[in-house]
Amino acid sequence: MADKLTEPTPSFEKALERLEQIVAEMEGGKLSLEKMISHFEEGSKLVKFCSGKLNEVEKKIEQLLTKDGQTTTVPFEPGQEV
Amino acid sequence: MQPLKPATPLTAATETRKIYRVSELTRLIKAALENEFGSVWIEGEVSNLRRPTSGHLYFTLKDAEAQLAAVLFRGNQLGLKLELRDGLKIRAYGQVTAYEKSGQCQIVVRRVEEAGKGSLQEQFEALKLKLAAEGLFAEERKKKLPLLPQHIGIVTSPSGAAVRDILNILNRRFPNLHILIAPVRVQGEGAAAEIAAAIDLLNARGGLDVLIVGRGGGSLEDLWCFNEEVVARAIARSRIPVISAVGHEIDFTISDFVADLRAPTPSAAAELLVGSKEAFEQQVQRGGARLARALRTQTLVWRNRLTAAAGSYVFREPQNLVRRSRDRLGTLRSAMAHELRSAAQQRSQQVDELGLRLGHQIELRRTACRQALQDANPRMARALRATAQRTAQHLQELLLRLGHGMTVARTAGAQDLRRVASQLNALSPLAVLERGFSLTRTGEGKIIRDVAEAPVGTALETRLAHGTLESTVTALKKET
Repeated sequence: MADKLTEPTPSFEKALERLEQIVAEMEGGKLSLEKMISHFEEGSKLVKFCSGKLNEVEKKIEQLLTKDGQTTTVPFEPGQEV
Repeated sequence: MQPLKPATPLTAATETRKIYRVSELTRLIKAALENEFGSVWIEGEVSNLRRPTSGHLYFTLKDAEAQLAAVLFRGNQLGLKLELRDGLKIRAYGQVTAYEKSGQCQIVVRRVEEAGKGSLQEQFEALKLKLAAEGLFAEERKKKLPLLPQHIGIVTSPSGAAVRDILNILNRRFPNLHILIAPVRVQGEGAAAEIAAAIDLLNARGGLDVLIVGRGGGSLEDLWCFNEEVVARAIARSRIPVISAVGHEIDFTISDFVADLRAPTPSAAAELLVGSKEAFEQQVQRGGARLARALRTQTLVWRNRLTAAAGSYVFREPQNLVRRSRDRLGTLRSAMAHELRSAAQQRSQQVDELGLRLGHQIELRRTACRQALQDANPRMARALRATAQRTAQHLQELLLRLGHGMTVARTAGAQDLRRVASQLNALSPLAVLERGFSLTRTGEGKIIRDVAEAPVGTALETRLAHGTLESTVTALKKET
């Protein structure tokens, strides 16, 4: 249950799978109140985790620039010739 | 070296003979060769290959009958797609010239192809067969694209249509993606080597989830670098999954076959990545919403069940129970009274009707008798009178019996009423009284609801479960 989240960084895929499973179980309407609440809590954490994963990367467009054998990255300027 | 012109007598031509200096003549020869031949394709076998420290490649091209010196300068080796070696049959393209220092005729090679290669289409088919035979296109070699690629390397021209199309999509949809463009040329000599090097470089840098390798559409020649073996091999050895995105949908390149995924166009490749990200965003969002809804729905179901159980009659305030029973009792009572009243009314109506009909009959007979008496003689009249008297007496009796019948009927009605009333009593909220509630009434049977209805001295009758208390009001305490 909740300790699945304490695993060292579960993959996005695993988290999403678990979320789907939890939601399906909750929608099945066969859970006890305690289970329902613990599922909801775990699910909420998973949603937060997945959203975090989706937003952890900042939108950034760069290009490689090789100069004197050193390769660096610089912001990409469209239309620039090599 | 043979003289350029047929030998002329040396003496005769002394005045007119032109004497070149060696450098002069070699320069002229060089110019003549360059003018006459320009750049040509030549096919021959490589021999005597040398690579001095300068980095230039020197070799001899030969066939069965002749040979020609050739040089491939370092600057032209960039796009070289094959390793030159002695004995290799090649096709070289270059400038026919003369090397003044040695006076030697030579060709300055700029492009080299392996000899025996056919048209581009034939080369394409040949390479495709070769790589397929090596298993480079095999499905099981293909790496799975990560579920959520967020760091994307793009190997393409920074000024080409591919970058423009990809950036258009990214700017329109605003996904949080990290794009790293490895700028390369995507057509012409040397492009393939640059593309291959960029793929290797991005692999070496790491940190990328997926590579897009491609360019916008073009002719077969324009797209050719994506059909070259160096590119195919670089894609094949890439540890990062590669999406090949070359040109228009109908053009398949060798890169498309080797890549882990083929996108028909660069835009499609970008759509694929952005789209999958958006789909996940929706999936997560929907998951959250479903989570909340499932909890809400289930809670509602439980709440309803709880309300149904807790709200059942016995749990509610007990006075409601009493009031409801009392109301029901009242209703039954008035219904009963109504029934009895209408039954009694009906019967007295029947009696009235019978009496009326009887009276009418009597009147008829009286009239008839009177008529007969008048018509008959006095004796007969006497006899008739006596008869009439008897008849009247009989009628009187009938009337009496009728009256008696009516009384009996009324009494039966009253008995019915009593029976129903006792049934009614059985329905009274005895259960409530059993629980300790009581009904208090005045001597007249009026139910006391308010202390004001029972002033001091009022005689009270209190109904308990099994009996009645009689009492008198001695004091009043009004609560507001």
